[in-house]
Amino acid sequence: MASTEFTIDDLRRILREGAGTEEGVDLDADILDVAFEELGYESLALLETCGRIEREYGIALDDDALAEAQTPRALLKLVHGHLVTVHAG
Amino acid sequence: MTASVVVTGLGIAAPNGLGAADYWAATRKGHSGIGPVTRFDPSAYPARLAGEVPGFVAADHLPGRLLPQTDHMTRLALVSADWALQDAGIRPDGLPEYAAGVVTASSAGGFEFGQNELRALWSKGSQYVSAYQSFAWFYAVNTGQISIRHGLRGPSGVLVSDQAGGLDAIAHARRQIRRGSQVIVSGGVDASICPWGWVAQLTSGRLSTDDDPATAYRPFDAGASGHVAGEGGALLVLEDEQAARARDAHIYGRITGYGTTFDPRPGSGREPGLRRAIEIALRDAALTPGDIDVVFADAAAVPELDHIEARALTEVFGPRDVPVTAPKSMTGRLNSGAGPLDVATALLAIRDGVIPPTVNVSPHADYDLDLVIGQERATELRSALVVARGFGGFNSALVVSDAAPKARTS
Repeated sequence: MASTEFTIDDLRRILREGAGTEEGVDLDADILDVAFEELGYESLALLETCGRIEREYGIALDDDALAEAQTPRALLKLVHGHLVTVHAG
Repeated sequence: MTASVVVTGLGIAAPNGLGAADYWAATRKGHSGIGPVTRFDPSAYPARLAGEVPGFVAADHLPGRLLPQTDHMTRLALVSADWALQDAGIRPDGLPEYAAGVVTASSAGGFEFGQNELRALWSKGSQYVSAYQSFAWFYAVNTGQISIRHGLRGPSGVLVSDQAGGLDAIAHARRQIRRGSQVIVSGGVDASICPWGWVAQLTSGRLSTDDDPATAYRPFDAGASGHVAGEGGALLVLEDEQAARARDAHIYGRITGYGTTFDPRPGSGREPGLRRAIEIALRDAALTPGDIDVVFADAAAVPELDHIEARALTEVFGPRDVPVTAPKSMTGRLNSGAGPLDVATALLAIRDGVIPPTVNVSPHADYDLDLVIGQERATELRSALVVARGFGGFNSALVVSDAAPKARTS
């Protein structure tokens, strides 16, 4: 079901469900500005994560923009931009 | 000069025991792991028994990042590889970067994972298919995941030749060590006890439809009526003998001979390739039939195939002249896991001087085999022959021999 909110907790849940958690990484810590790579997620994990975000929120994320989003904060911002577009339309 | 290749580590996941110690204890006692299928509801299928690996909880052994991206068979393989490396006392990060590789066999790939993603595809759409499906189903995935987990970046690959593949992989690992690799993790683990995998296996027409675990899989018996499918297998650590001795490793034994052939076209009237595969393996090992102390049979439990195997063995070794056993009567046939598990079993048998039994079988007198049935047989063992055949005409034979310490007089 499409939703208008996408929070860091939503991202944490989707990361856990889709790609699991790296040993020694605490996703509940302040991870907003920690690079995905440092959190143990390589490009395929991010592809899976974005696929889950797209289908859950009914949006389509741009591949190039995705590659730029290297931290949770950047990804949240990208997703927010799409949600605003979708629901403003 | 060709390097001698030895086995220094064993990792086993079998239907009658998880871990080498449990498996070997159960196998010596003739304890079977065959029972009703529990991984899915088999009631609508003609075959309803399987050999399932007991007590395996992946999260107890593997990190959370690996779980969403691995099929059941890959999880079993990763844990078996961990155990094999531990058993060998090898820390891969202490080896030169390209000195160690991985060569496994696969017969199906990750069917259960693939089934779930295909279901998501047709019921919900392509957006619901996991990104990890890109490799989780794939034949080479066990090799890749083991390689990544342990940083084994040397020569690696996968062999796909159904049940013969497990022996073909070990033979290829030996080849890579002779070409200069120091360590190769090799063997096979298969598992496709899920509806899609089951339907695929049923097409062979060789699965037993008997519901009684005591009679469903009886190779070389007059009542043979197909086999029970199982999951699991073994991964082994193979090393250059000199390198293994230099680090004072425990050596289970040597891979001394290998032969492989392909059957002639069906209906051609020409002899099946099995006897020739055995003879090539013996010649490669520079051994005579009299040097082989036990044969671990392929044990198809399809009368025509049992007849072909018994005939090949009696032609090479003479009637009832060598003990033959099929511990897989306790596990079911494990596809690419079968050969490596038999190789591991042969090495444990050589270590302990016992031949594990074949269970549930009263051998058909016409086959003229000295089948070890009912209970284990104590006897000194120096060399064993392992036979494996794959659907569609693959025949492979591997000879393993004892460690042959240099001090030994012969």
